[in-house]
Amino acid sequence: MQLLIVIISVVLLVLIVIQVGKLGEMTTALSSSSAEEAQQTVNSRQGNLMLVFLIGFLGLFIWSALYYKNYYLGFGPNEAASEHGKKIDWLFNVTLVITGIVFFITQVLLFYFAWKYRGRKGHQAQYISHDNKLEIVWTLVPAITMTLLVIGGMDVWNSVMPDVDDPTELVQLEVTGYQFAWDIRYPGADNELGDKNFRLISATNPLGQDWTDKRNLDDFHASEIVLPVGKQVRVRITAKDVLHSFYLPQFRVKMDAVPGMPTYFIFTPTKTTEEYRKELSKYPEFQVPSDPDDPNSDPLWKTANYELACAELCGKGHYSMRRVVKVVSEEEFEKWAKEQPSFYMTNIRGTDEDPYKGQYLEVELKQHAKEYKAQLEKAIEAENPDDKIVRLKYVTFETGSAKLSPLSKYELDEVVATLKEYRHMKIEIAGHTDNTGDADANMALSQRRAEAVQNYLIEHGIDPARLTAKGYGSSRPQASNDTEEGRQENRRTEFKILDL
Amino acid sequence: MATTTQEVSKHQIDQLIEEYGYDDHFHEHHHEGDKYQSGFIQKYIFSQDHKIIARQFLITGMIWGILGGLMSLIFRLQLGFPEGNMAWLKPLLGKWIIVNDGIGTLDPEFYYALVTIHGTVIVFFVLTAGLSGTFSNLLIPLQIGARDMASPFLNMLSYWFFFLASVVMFVSLFLSTGPFAGGWVAYPPLSALPEASSGSGAGMTLWLISLVLFVVSVLLGGINYITTVLNLRTKGMNMWRLPLTIWSFFITAIIGLLSFPVLAAGFFLLMFDRLLGTSFYLNEIFINGHALDRVGGSPILYQHLFWFLGHPEVYIIILPAMGLVSEVMSTHARKPIFGYKAMVYSIASIGFLSFLVWAHHMYVAGINPFIANFFIVFTLIIAVPSAVKVFNWITTIYGSSYRFNAASMFAVGFVSMFISGGLTGIFLGNAVLDIPLHDTYFVVAHFHVVMGVAAFFGMFAGIYHWFPKMFGRFMDETLGKLHFWGTLIGAYAVFIPMHYLGMAGVARRYYKFDNFDAFSHFAGINKFITIAAIITFVFQLIFVINFFYSIWKGRKMTSRNPWGSTTLEWTTPIHAGHGNWPGKLPAVQRWPYDYSKNGRDFIPQIEPQSDAEKDEFH
Repeated sequence: MQLLIVIISVVLLVLIVIQVGKLGEMTTALSSSSAEEAQQTVNSRQGNLMLVFLIGFLGLFIWSALYYKNYYLGFGPNEAASEHGKKIDWLFNVTLVITGIVFFITQVLLFYFAWKYRGRKGHQAQYISHDNKLEIVWTLVPAITMTLLVIGGMDVWNSVMPDVDDPTELVQLEVTGYQFAWDIRYPGADNELGDKNFRLISATNPLGQDWTDKRNLDDFHASEIVLPVGKQVRVRITAKDVLHSFYLPQFRVKMDAVPGMPTYFIFTPTKTTEEYRKELSKYPEFQVPSDPDDPNSDPLWKTANYELACAELCGKGHYSMRRVVKVVSEEEFEKWAKEQPSFYMTNIRGTDEDPYKGQYLEVELKQHAKEYKAQLEKAIEAENPDDKIVRLKYVTFETGSAKLSPLSKYELDEVVATLKEYRHMKIEIAGHTDNTGDADANMALSQRRAEAVQNYLIEHGIDPARLTAKGYGSSRPQASNDTEEGRQENRRTEFKILDL
Repeated sequence: MATTTQEVSKHQIDQLIEEYGYDDHFHEHHHEGDKYQSGFIQKYIFSQDHKIIARQFLITGMIWGILGGLMSLIFRLQLGFPEGNMAWLKPLLGKWIIVNDGIGTLDPEFYYALVTIHGTVIVFFVLTAGLSGTFSNLLIPLQIGARDMASPFLNMLSYWFFFLASVVMFVSLFLSTGPFAGGWVAYPPLSALPEASSGSGAGMTLWLISLVLFVVSVLLGGINYITTVLNLRTKGMNMWRLPLTIWSFFITAIIGLLSFPVLAAGFFLLMFDRLLGTSFYLNEIFINGHALDRVGGSPILYQHLFWFLGHPEVYIIILPAMGLVSEVMSTHARKPIFGYKAMVYSIASIGFLSFLVWAHHMYVAGINPFIANFFIVFTLIIAVPSAVKVFNWITTIYGSSYRFNAASMFAVGFVSMFISGGLTGIFLGNAVLDIPLHDTYFVVAHFHVVMGVAAFFGMFAGIYHWFPKMFGRFMDETLGKLHFWGTLIGAYAVFIPMHYLGMAGVARRYYKFDNFDAFSHFAGINKFITIAAIITFVFQLIFVINFFYSIWKGRKMTSRNPWGSTTLEWTTPIHAGHGNWPGKLPAVQRWPYDYSKNGRDFIPQIEPQSDAEKDEFH
C-alpha cells in the first residue's frame, strides 16, 4: 500500500512537472509573434528577476548577518578565551571586511549587469574582446591584497606556533585520544611527564606509562582539564588508536592527535570559567534551560563549560568525545594539583606491575622518617614511662625467623642516628608476636628478633651497655587477635626510652 | 545591421566546409556498417563513439547524483530533526534504523557511512566523471574538428572502468557490515584497521577497489583528451583558437594525469597495510585491547599522498565548469569572452598552483608549522587567477545583449556561487584562521559552495546548452528556469547558514550535538538547513524529469546552430553520425569568439577572415 502511494505520488509529480513546463512554453509562444520577440519577453522578465534576486539576496544576507551576530568568531559569546585567540579573531575580522567588500561589489555588478544588459529589441552587444590595462589592474589589486593577508597570517601563525625552549616555565599536560574518549595526564610535582610506551597499555595502565621512568611516579590522571588563568599552557597531544583532534573552540586551539607522533599546542587562557559564564549571561542564546527536557533547569549560561571536543572523524562515537575544561585562578589550580593523587601511587604501587615492589621509594623513605621522628619526639616528651615507646613500623623479619628483612635497615639507621644524637639515651628493644602458634615458641622468637635488632645497632657502633633486648611473645597485644588486621598490629618491634 | 542567428544557413555551412575544409578521406574507408556502429550493442553499449560515451558518463553521473543527494537528505534529517522518528525509513534502510518503542533512530555507524559515500560519489562519480567525463568526451572532438578521440577504444574502456567502479561502490552499500564510514578522505588508521570501525572491513576493501578502478578510468580518459587536443586539431585550429572549454578540459586532463597516480599509490599502500601486514601508515597503535606489532609508519604520509590529488581534484572539478560557463556565457551574451588570453593564462596558472597547495588541508594535522608558511603563500596566490576569471566573466556580461535561458542563467549563477565560495577560501587558506575553522561547518559551507554547487551550476549550464547537440531536442525552458531559481535560492539557503554555524565553532561530522554546551543551541538553524535541502532536492527532480522527458519528447531541433554559436560542434548535422562531419573536416579560420563583430551577430570559426581582420589581434 505504502509503495503504491509512493509510486502514484511520483507519477503525479512527473506529470505535473511536465504540464507546467508545457504550459510555460506555450504562454511564451502565444504572447509573442516571433521567436525573437518571445526571447526578448523572456529576457526582460528574467532580467528583472535577476535584479529582484540581487536585492532579496543581499537584503537577506545583511539581515542574517545581523540576526546571527552572536555566532561570529570573535564577537559576543564567541570572544576568544586565549591570548593568541584574540590575534586570530583580529585577522579574521580584517579578512571578513576585505572579502565582504569584494563580495558586495562583485555580486552587485554581476546581477546588475545581467539585468542592465538583458537582450532587448534593437540593442546589440559591443565587440570588446580584451583590455590589457584592466587585466593588469585586476591582477595587481588582488595580488597586493593577498600579500597583505599572507604577511598578516604568517605573522600570527608563527607567533601561535612558537618554539619553547624551557618547558619548566609552562603548565604542562598531556591529552590522549582513543575511541571514544580522552585521557588527561598532568606531570605532577616534578612538572615532567614520564615516558609512555603503547605496548605497556593494559587495563591497569591505560596510557602505557613506563613505571621504571621515575618521572612517571608523580604523574596524575584527571577527569577534566583544569588550567590556571593567565599562565602559558603546553598540551602534549597523543592518540592510542586512530586519528583524533584536540579541539578547544573557545580557546582557538585545534591540533590532530596522531598515534605514534606527539603534537603540541601552546596557549594562554585569559578568562576563567566563572568570567566566561558571566559573559554568556548577556546573550539570549544562553538563557535557554540547560536541560532541554526540563524547563525549570538552570539557564545554560549558569552551567555552561569550556569544552574539549574531537574534530577528526574517528569512528561511530566521534560526536561524543567530550571533556570539561575548567579555567581557574592560579591559587585554585595549585591547590587542586596538589590534591590529586598520583596514578602510580593509587593504582600501581605494590602490585605485580610495580618495578619498585619490595623497595622503598625516596618519597616513602622520607615519609617513614617523618613518621619515625614524630613518634620519637612524642616519646621523648611523654611523662608516663609507658608512653615513651617508639614503634618500628618498617622493621620486619622473614617469616618465622629472626632474620631482618633488607628493607628494615632504613628505619634501623634512623634509630642508630637517634642514639648517636642522644648520647646518653638508653633503650629497651621489645619484640611482640600475635597469639597464633605455640606461646613458648612465640616468646623465644620475639626474644631472638629483639636481639637481632640489638645486634644491628651494636654493629653500627652503639655501646651495648645502652641496649637491652626483650621478647614479650603474645603477652602484650595492642589489638584483638581475632582479625588479621589486629594480629598484624600485634606483630611488632618497638623500643622504649628508658633513660635520656 | 544585426542579423538573426539563423542567418548562416545549413547550405552556407556546408559550402564553407566544402570550400575551405580539409579532406582526410575518412569516408572512403567504408565506415558504414563498420565495427563502431553495427548493431545495438556496439552502437549504444560498448560504443567507441565519443558522443555516446559522453551520454553514458552523463547518465551514470546523474544516477549517482540522485543517490548522493538522497543520502545527504537522510543525514540532514538526522541533523535537523535529531529527535524525529525515522521508523518510516526502515523498509529502505533495514537494520540501520534501530526501532525502540516504535521510535526509529539512525544508527551512528550508518550516519557516518552516508556522509562518507555522499562525499565520495559526488566528488568522484558525479563531479569528475559526470562533469569532466561527459563534456570532455562530447566537446573535445566536436570543438577541435576531429572525427573522434585519438583512441576510441581506450575511451570506451575509460567509461567501462568507471561503470565497474560504480558497480563495486554500489555493491558495498549492501554489505552487512555497512559501506565504508571513515569519511571520503579515508584517513588511516581508521580506514586501515577493520577493528576501528565496522565499515573499515569489507566496506573499505570495496571502496578502495572501486576508487582504484575509477583512477584507471580517469587516466584512460585523460591520456585520450590530452592526445586528442594536441594531435587531432583540424586545419587552422591553433592553440589560440581553441574555445575555453577545450583549454579547461586540456589543463584538467593534465592535472588529473599527474595527480591521480599519486592517489592510486596512496591507495595501494593503504591496501598493503590492510592486507599484507605492512605499516606504511601505522605506528604505535593500541586498539581493541591489544597493541599492534606493526610500527614505524606515519598516518601523515597518507594525508600528503591523498591531498596531493585531493587538492588538484577540486580544480579537476571546477576547471571544466569554468570552461563550460565561459563558452555558454559568451554565446548567450552575444559578446566575446572578455580577456581570452588572460582566461587561458589563469586556467594554466590555477592548474600549476594546484600542485603547490595541498598541505593547506593539513595545517593542524601535525605537520611542521614552518612548512605551513609556504602553503599559505601559494594558497592565497590562487585567489589572484581566480579573481581575474571572475572579473573577466563580469566584464563579459557588461555591454552584452544577454539572452536569458536556463543555460545562460546557470552561467550567471555559477559566477555568483564561485565568488561566494571562493571568498571564504581566503579565510581557510590562511593557516592561522584555519585553526578555529578547520573541520567546522565553515569548511563544509565553503567547499560545498565553491566546488559542489558551483560545479553543478557549470554542469547544468553545459547540459541545457549542449542538450540539443546530444539528443537533437531541447530541454523545456520553463522548467529549466524554475530549476535555476529553485537551485540558486535553495543552495544559498542551505549553505549560507552553515557559515554561521562554522564561525560559532560547530564541528562537522557530528551525529548529534546535544551533549556539547558549545554546539547544542543551534537546533533552529539546523532544522532550517534541512528543510532548505529537501526543497532544493525537489527542484533537482524537476531537472531529472525534464531531462529524460526531453530526450524523447522535447522540442525538436530544426536548425543546426540554434544558439548562433561560432564553434565547430554546431556545424555538424543535427544527428551527426560516426566521424561527426559527413564530408570534409571543417577548417578553422578565426578564434571562437567573434560575436557582434562588424555589425554581424556572429561569425562562425569556419568563415575566412576578411583582409581587414587579418591585421587585427587574432
